[in-house]
Amino acid sequence: MSDDLYQQAILDLAKSADGAGRLAAPDGTAQGDSPLCGDRVRMEVKLEGGRIAAVAHEVKGCLLCRAAAAAIGRHAAGLDAAQAEAVGRQVVALLAGEDGKPDWPELEYFAPVRPHRNRHGCVLLPFETLLAALDSRDSA
Amino acid sequence: MKFSAHEWRGHFPLLANHPRLHYLDNAATGQLCAAAFDAVTHHELTQRANVLRGTYRLAEQADEAYEKARRQAAAYLNAAGVDEVVFTSGTTAAINLVAHAFGDGLKPGDEVALSLAEHHSNFVPWQMLRERCGIVLRFIPLSADGRLDLSRLDAAITPRCRLVAVTHASNVTGAVTDLAPIAAAARAAGARLLVDGAQRVQHGPVDVQALGADFYAFSGHKVFAPTGVGVLWGRGEALAALPPFLGGGGMIGRVTAAATTYAAPPRRFEAGTPPIAQAIGLGAALDWLRALVWEELNAHSARLAQRLIGELAALPGLTFLGPRDLRARLPIVAFNLAGIHPHDLCQVLDAHHVAVRGGHHCAQPLMDCFGVEGAVRASLAPYNTGADIDALLEGLRDAQRKLK
Repeated sequence: MSDDLYQQAILDLAKSADGAGRLAAPDGTAQGDSPLCGDRVRMEVKLEGGRIAAVAHEVKGCLLCRAAAAAIGRHAAGLDAAQAEAVGRQVVALLAGEDGKPDWPELEYFAPVRPHRNRHGCVLLPFETLLAALDSRDSA
Repeated sequence: MKFSAHEWRGHFPLLANHPRLHYLDNAATGQLCAAAFDAVTHHELTQRANVLRGTYRLAEQADEAYEKARRQAAAYLNAAGVDEVVFTSGTTAAINLVAHAFGDGLKPGDEVALSLAEHHSNFVPWQMLRERCGIVLRFIPLSADGRLDLSRLDAAITPRCRLVAVTHASNVTGAVTDLAPIAAAARAAGARLLVDGAQRVQHGPVDVQALGADFYAFSGHKVFAPTGVGVLWGRGEALAALPPFLGGGGMIGRVTAAATTYAAPPRRFEAGTPPIAQAIGLGAALDWLRALVWEELNAHSARLAQRLIGELAALPGLTFLGPRDLRARLPIVAFNLAGIHPHDLCQVLDAHHVAVRGGHHCAQPLMDCFGVEGAVRASLAPYNTGADIDALLEGLRDAQRKLK
């Protein structure tokens, strides 16, 4: 049911907008677009010793997209690229209905999105954009 | 007999199978009518064979059914001749056919004029042509309510213009294009006129001869017929002047190792096995629709649209995309509610069994004109009733309570 998607926890997560904004001098930046709905995410990362020291995002998107970005804003600091990729894979697995507990408890809020395949992209876009931001630093 | 939406619903088997469904996504796909379903079933069960190839009786029956569908489509469009109807896989394929067959003959610097209200299917093929051939695209601007600004046609349709490609009606705003001045401007420039009729055909028969167009494209699935079939109508001499787009069986005159000659239209443009059953279903749907009293059907839809617009306007934070009046518009209503993303709205509405579309509606240049990323769109068909509007409005109020 759609109602399950919009539980108070996910509403609060989206509303928290953790990490929303811009960084003064990011080391990596990427912009992600959703071809389905036109949503747009910008991710910026600051790195120290190969790890994310700070992350910031701007989201023009739905509540699921904003909640996913807020989860990143809350937890991504301290991760290296491989760990960030691993979190992304956990989200993909969660949406596919695979067993396993994600590292970030907030990611379980997205479990009700599983049957709504056209909304998976809303959740994944911030994670894909985060990885692209980390990549942009590698290729710079 | 007076039109009854409740009675009309009986012609749509899916609606009977989903009695709680409030289907308001008709601009995306109309529900399949029983006439089309019956025709497809009859064809597949009694006369399935390839067309235009076999000499046995079954194949001849399939031939006759397929060509009957062409006659039915020609009649719905008031085409001057049956051979002006080309079956395609849909509107997108029809427009791409013209973009290649006509477009590839253009030279760098030649111009194609579009509007900024076009669906991507009447936008992207021309941008791709620009990349292939170096043509110049010019755009008919829009007024604040999303209608084509016909006072500024001169800037878009210049003496270098070779083709004008515009929508008959916007899939977002429902605004119906006044084609007469555009056809006149195209004629004066010596340009062809292609009209995207995808949103218009499901609201009653079209007279392509009166429109002044050279090409007219539409899809079966929006006109209560199967998916996978559409029509490109082309004025006889306009089609005859085009080279083929796709090569293959069925579109040839003679093939030798040295060269190939091509069949006359419409077969020149129907390479390979066409969507036979789908075309037969489309023909049956169009025949059924042609016999209806459209003044009554459209008056019913307009009454619902008027009520919807009036009640939406009373919701706090609601903004419309497109005209708010009912003059020259279809029952398509696009809107946003402040602070709630269209996809979230649609998801909550789904819990109320209301099916509407949210997003950019494959019209991102139009979204840019309105300064939004997307919108929610309710699009009506004559089988919709006041109960569908009630459910939509209740769902929106619920979404406002839940998501704000």
